[in-house]
Amino acid sequence: MPDAPGERVISVLDLAALDPAALAPLVVHAEPWINFDVGLLVDRFWANTINGLAYGSVYALIALGYTLVYGVLQLINFAHSEIFVIGVFGVYLTFVALGFEPGAIPNLPLAAIILDLVLAGLVAMAVAGLAAIGLERVAYRPLRRRNAPRLAFLITAIGASFVIQQVIRIWRGSNPEGTIRLLPPSPVFSIFGAPVTNLQIVIILASIAMFVVTDRFVNGSRLGRGIRAVAQDPATATLMGVNRERVITITFLVGGVLAGVAALFYLMTIPQGAVYNGGFLLGIKAFTAAVLGGIGNLRGALLGGLILGVAENYGQSLFGGDWRDVVAFVLLVLVLMFRPTGILGESLARSRA
Amino acid sequence: MRQRMADLSTFWNARSRPQQWVMLIPVVAFLFALPVLNPPIITTEPATDFPIALFSAAVLALIAIGLNVVIGQAGLLDLGYVGFFAIGAYSAALLSSPDSVLGIRLSWIAIVPIAMVATMISGVILGTPTLRLRGDYLAIVTLGFGEIVRLLADNVEPLRGNRGFQDIARPGGTYPDGSPIFAQTDALGFYWLAVTIIIIVLMFMGNLERSRVGRAWIAVREDEDAAELTGVPTYKFKIWAFAIGAAVGGLSGTLFAAQVGYVNNQRFDVTTSILYLAAVVLGGSGNKVGVIVGAFLVSYIPDRFQFEPQYRFLVFGLALIILMAFRPQGLLGMRQHLLTYGRQAYARLFGAGTAVAPSGMTPSTRPAGDMPEVTPDDHAGTSPRGGGE
Amino acid sequence: MIRRRLAAAGALVAAVALVLSGCANQEGGQQQGGGPQAGAPAQPTDAVLPAGNGQGRCAPGTSIGYAGTIAGQNAALGIAIVNAAQLAVDQHNQANPNCQVTLVRADTGGTPDTATGPVTALINNPQVLGIVGLPFSGESRAVGPALNAAGIVNITPSATNPGLTQNGWTNFFRGLGNDAVQGPAIARYIQQRLNAQKVCVIKDDSDYGIGLAGTVTQALGPAASCQVDVKTNQREFSAVIGQVQQQAPQAIFYSGYYQEAAPLIQQLRDAGVQTTFIGPDGVKDEQYVVNAAGSADGTLLSCPCVPQEGFTDFTNAYRQAFGVPPQTYSAESYDATTILLRGLDQGIADRAGLLNHVRNYNGQGLTKRFQWGPTGELTNTPVWMYRVQGNTIVTDTQI
Repeated sequence: MPDAPGERVISVLDLAALDPAALAPLVVHAEPWINFDVGLLVDRFWANTINGLAYGSVYALIALGYTLVYGVLQLINFAHSEIFVIGVFGVYLTFVALGFEPGAIPNLPLAAIILDLVLAGLVAMAVAGLAAIGLERVAYRPLRRRNAPRLAFLITAIGASFVIQQVIRIWRGSNPEGTIRLLPPSPVFSIFGAPVTNLQIVIILASIAMFVVTDRFVNGSRLGRGIRAVAQDPATATLMGVNRERVITITFLVGGVLAGVAALFYLMTIPQGAVYNGGFLLGIKAFTAAVLGGIGNLRGALLGGLILGVAENYGQSLFGGDWRDVVAFVLLVLVLMFRPTGILGESLARSRA
Repeated sequence: MRQRMADLSTFWNARSRPQQWVMLIPVVAFLFALPVLNPPIITTEPATDFPIALFSAAVLALIAIGLNVVIGQAGLLDLGYVGFFAIGAYSAALLSSPDSVLGIRLSWIAIVPIAMVATMISGVILGTPTLRLRGDYLAIVTLGFGEIVRLLADNVEPLRGNRGFQDIARPGGTYPDGSPIFAQTDALGFYWLAVTIIIIVLMFMGNLERSRVGRAWIAVREDEDAAELTGVPTYKFKIWAFAIGAAVGGLSGTLFAAQVGYVNNQRFDVTTSILYLAAVVLGGSGNKVGVIVGAFLVSYIPDRFQFEPQYRFLVFGLALIILMAFRPQGLLGMRQHLLTYGRQAYARLFGAGTAVAPSGMTPSTRPAGDMPEVTPDDHAGTSPRGGGE
Repeated sequence: MIRRRLAAAGALVAAVALVLSGCANQEGGQQQGGGPQAGAPAQPTDAVLPAGNGQGRCAPGTSIGYAGTIAGQNAALGIAIVNAAQLAVDQHNQANPNCQVTLVRADTGGTPDTATGPVTALINNPQVLGIVGLPFSGESRAVGPALNAAGIVNITPSATNPGLTQNGWTNFFRGLGNDAVQGPAIARYIQQRLNAQKVCVIKDDSDYGIGLAGTVTQALGPAASCQVDVKTNQREFSAVIGQVQQQAPQAIFYSGYYQEAAPLIQQLRDAGVQTTFIGPDGVKDEQYVVNAAGSADGTLLSCPCVPQEGFTDFTNAYRQAFGVPPQTYSAESYDATTILLRGLDQGIADRAGLLNHVRNYNGQGLTKRFQWGPTGELTNTPVWMYRVQGNTIVTDTQI
């Protein structure tokens, strides 16, 4: 702006004082802001699929936690992403306790590495599971006692999410923890030219195994029958002798344990992921995945997670890197427009009145 | 405490409308004078400028009033309301910033109606496909919408992403000494403008609530199926709620953009949406005065208590949890009169002031989402048809 | 918290003793610090330090402000800056009993909307004579007009968007080279030293990343054959890597910060892409090396800052005071604060005077020589290239 600035009071309606040339962007943007690169999409189809499935498995595991709690309580447990972060720190701090140094690559026999990973995973499952139960006790149970409206649960969940994040931030600082990676990925075989790494095989197989276990638990075991009963009709279930509080506790526990598993796989894929706010975006994506598949439906959560992981990668290749998240959300809106209860519909919960 | 609130409410409801207005004059006068008085304990200085803090609170109050139409009145859980706010702010930026590709510079007063129409249209566009969804699906779709708006601001080149728009138009006018009334560092004028707008919007909303539209919203909120069966075109009224809520959001967006004078893609994220929601629920969803109080607290507390910024969000989170544990219906619970002259009708039926108390007889006086008919102490808050959405 | 403060106080005494013994006369040395030989960085032995000569005199209550994020999502950067400013002020106060300066912190939250309130409070506080900050370009743009109207001197330690000095603000000074200086230098290095004719420019969505990528792309011309975008907070880059693999470039320039660069380089190397990877000052951080584990080895990092080998006093003092090593822009903030303190020591008691002091300032700092042109850009901004070797960042050459 040309006039002498000392005494200049900014008058925004003063058109003459503005020199558009001075304010014009200095940066020249030669590239278009959105691509339509079908060639890249075709070229990278298999690699995108495999990577998407592996990353989508993490979404799916977190989504299971959302879906279970939603099925039983009709509650969007917004703090679930923070349970996941607690799991991530559980894994990380176990690595530290085992004597691994950030930045270095350990040179250990495979058996020892696997043992360490399993140990870290168990710790994460325990920590995240306990944290989920603690969250339920401290934050949600008092509300249930008071017959609080549903929005109150949501706000409490948001408050709990803030608290957990901030406690971690104050404790561990706001920088990501230094990288500790026990198992660097290496290609094992390839499908149509797209390499599949050892990590991806482990993650996809283990996620499916975890899903099957959870599915058997909910649909086959006595406790699982309790969960389904409460999901279908809490009043009748209570009358029939189902201990509702216990069912809720177990639901949160299972969700937390699965988040712990997800945390291990996440940190194996993204070793830089141990940071206080690392769960936020992942949580939203996982919740999107749960809704995509049909919230309250276990199979829906798995399917939703995998689809979301793959679709994000396709979209990224097609439209360009910064459209990844847009693709995820647009996909969600489109699916719900045509299938208002998600791809597989609700099953753990009853159809809504 | 509760009894006293009830007495106050009864007293208030027994007054005629002109009497109520006369009694409100000192309250409004106090609100207008607040930034000038700058009372010692209440002030946010030195951490942050008091008039600006009050202006932010007023903008949030306006947002909360708009969101309250969607959540509190029509019972639609909207987690992407910040998207409308962003559309309002970006309209102001595109129509007046020298950085805009449009290359025009409209005055603020011309921008406001355009921005409101633009947000209303986007509300209808979002609402048309999604309002057939229910409850939590609607919540996640609106959340997705909010994110999409933010990401578009990020990715679409003419919206300038993080670089943003400078020098957005402010309302004109100068004080006698020649300094502008509306400036970035002197938010006095903006605060007064915001309070005036809030009063106008409140009057409009009050009339709307007492009209057929307002009654239809309450019917949708309480029991959508019953409303549909009794001939209320629920879908149409839900879209109305969305559009009106969106327009208020857009209006607040233009106010915000004008005061800051700069808009970029920061601050339109889900967290902000959630803060808006927190304002509504804290104050008491469905109660206009309540949501204003809630908005004031959500905006004011972090500004006021900067004693240790490290712990600000921690304290905020704890406050949310504690408040919900002790007053789940919000600070001021919902109080809704279904009939235009409900007061008088009840007074005539039951005698003045007995049944008009907040926990009175109309079905809608229950807090939003409270369990209707099931045995108490059961799964309240978990009902499939809890009215919250 | 309290324990940390105690530790900080103890450390400070030690630090000040170190500084006092280490510097004789800082004000005098005007030797041209430029023209260093490649690989042998100029040690700023004549750097002006906050302690000064101990003869500073100023009115009680004299303050300088820090405006920037302290809590919130991007707080790490802000904390690194405010800590360094605090360190400078504390060292100064320790050495100058007759000039006790207060650092007033205003938490802007790092976003334009929340910045106006705290910044206005600083402006309305008559004791605040100068401001260090704001860290981000977005918030700087938002409050710039107000600061300019108030005539309060404003030195930014980290906002590098070139447009900031194009607004006609006379109070705004940039404590480091802007992207328009760094970009062409990087492009020259890539084309001439690396002989790369096919370069992938990957940028994040920040003002900084976009701006710098723009200047680099422009300077590279047709050699910038592929453009890839990532998002802030993105951690999974398989699709991005696919894009890069398809293009098979001879060099990759990443325009953004280390938080994304670390996982990106690790995943690139895991995927078998061994192309030379170049990052700017936003990536040049110890955290990058630690977070990328071994994958960062060989990365080239440019920075409009002189090598830090000579900063051991500062590094040690900072580490002792805050328990962590100084991070990106800490040193710039330390220098900016020092420049303001020098003015206050001379007895300057009004904003116009301090503004004038900064405008006419000419002295060596830790990071570089400070002398500003009419728009508030430094006249001399050396750009250096660094290299990651094993687990450390070493100086490569001036470019």
